[in-house]
Amino acid sequence: MRDVVIAGIGQIPVGEHWDLSLRTMAARAMLAAIKDGGGMKPQAMYIGNFLSPVLSHQENLGALLTDNAGLTGIEAFTVEAAGASGGAALRVGVNAVASGFIDCALVLGVEKITDMVGSEVEAAVAQSSDYDYEAMTGLSSAGQAALLMQRYLYEYNPPREAFGEFALIAHANGANNPNAFFRKAISREAYASAGMVSDPVNMFDMGPYADGAAAVLLTARDTAPKDLPHPLVRVSGSSVVIDTLALHDRPNPLAFDAACQSVERACSQAGIMPGDVDLFEVCDAFSIYALLSLEAAGLARHGEGWKMAVNGELSINGKLPILTMGGCKARGNPLGAVGVYQAVEAVQQLRGQAGRNQVKDARRALIQSLGGPASTAAAHILERLD
Amino acid sequence: MEIPRHWRLKKQRYGLVGEVCPHCDAKIFPPRDVCPHCGGEAKTAFNFSGRGEVYSYTVMHDAPAGFDQNTPYAVALVKLEEGPVVTAQLTDLGEEQPRIGMPVEMVTRKIREDANERGMLIYGYKFRPVLR
Repeated sequence: MRDVVIAGIGQIPVGEHWDLSLRTMAARAMLAAIKDGGGMKPQAMYIGNFLSPVLSHQENLGALLTDNAGLTGIEAFTVEAAGASGGAALRVGVNAVASGFIDCALVLGVEKITDMVGSEVEAAVAQSSDYDYEAMTGLSSAGQAALLMQRYLYEYNPPREAFGEFALIAHANGANNPNAFFRKAISREAYASAGMVSDPVNMFDMGPYADGAAAVLLTARDTAPKDLPHPLVRVSGSSVVIDTLALHDRPNPLAFDAACQSVERACSQAGIMPGDVDLFEVCDAFSIYALLSLEAAGLARHGEGWKMAVNGELSINGKLPILTMGGCKARGNPLGAVGVYQAVEAVQQLRGQAGRNQVKDARRALIQSLGGPASTAAAHILERLD
Repeated sequence: MEIPRHWRLKKQRYGLVGEVCPHCDAKIFPPRDVCPHCGGEAKTAFNFSGRGEVYSYTVMHDAPAGFDQNTPYAVALVKLEEGPVVTAQLTDLGEEQPRIGMPVEMVTRKIREDANERGMLIYGYKFRPVLR
């Protein structure tokens, strides 16, 4: 097993890219990551994508995206795990390089949402649930989150407005990220008056689905270019864990077991405890997911995760900053690309390139992306090498 | 159209037919190939009573395509009296607000019209407050 490092990163701003195709968005992120990594030529590319077969009528992305970017002839294919596709693709890339089969791998996350709109997108995203027994009842992904949030409110009785703190943190950080979809802080009043998506989930409890592409260039520690202007970041822990697909099949849906186990396994590989990280790029596709993930990781007791947000512990200067570049809520939620955006953003932090959102002395980061309500959870530990 | 898919699910949709595990007697809905409790093969049919209570619920305002003409509507996790939890719409609520713990019973209702020119109607289970 070889040490795997991230030598290069690339991303495009998340947003509504009416003028950019799936392939062009991907190429921009891919070429940026290769350039940032000193121009190493990848031998393989693993693509995190969730919905291109439905929203773009496009499969076989490995061929399309390498062909378009001038990389014909390499190994390339899609890794699909709904909202965890990017994290799962990173896992595949890490395995490939660690094993020695591949010396240099590009991991791409890409999602083209805005060629379709509204209820069509909701129906497509709902395919991450059990289609026969969940989606066919008219339940959406936001609806799944709402079932969890309603039960959480019932069991633990937190103040309803506490959920808004996650949106406030995300927007405060997104304001300083040039690649964020929403670059504006929001107020508690705005949160309180937001319209309902799926009661009790309101518009600010949910990250907006948007277009995006991000890429990281992986190589082994001993094959990395020696003259890069930035420090290398090592992937010291990597894990994908699944839970039941449907919420109704879980003995305790609020436990988020897969989220818990993926953090445990990644941390165990890195030889650390979850609390030993300097920042946590948590999945805030919905505010309740961020809350349950904090509790599942053991960073807060069950029923008390919201207190960390209310007490300021999760802000940039807090004890454990989360969503440091805006998360799904403010950076935007490009679904299958999220896990790779998280990796890019964590690398920015660990290199000291996060600008006004820089977490002081950040040396180690935890990132976690979720497919559905943690039906799949992908977690990675990233550490700066000096 | 997916006609075979809807046809294949008719016992579940119309009759809430699940399984009872021949090895550990666990009641299972929806049907599975392997019992989640003991790991044995599950294949013995079992008719659920259709009675249960609301474990959690949501009221859908932004709905997926195929359901967007019906908003707002309530979807719940219903804990059946035999143990399993099922996801289903709540119906016949009238002036009543859904609540956790509400006793409900299964009824057969139109789920949606399949989105195509043939206009196939899909029926299945929903749950209503228990009639007093």
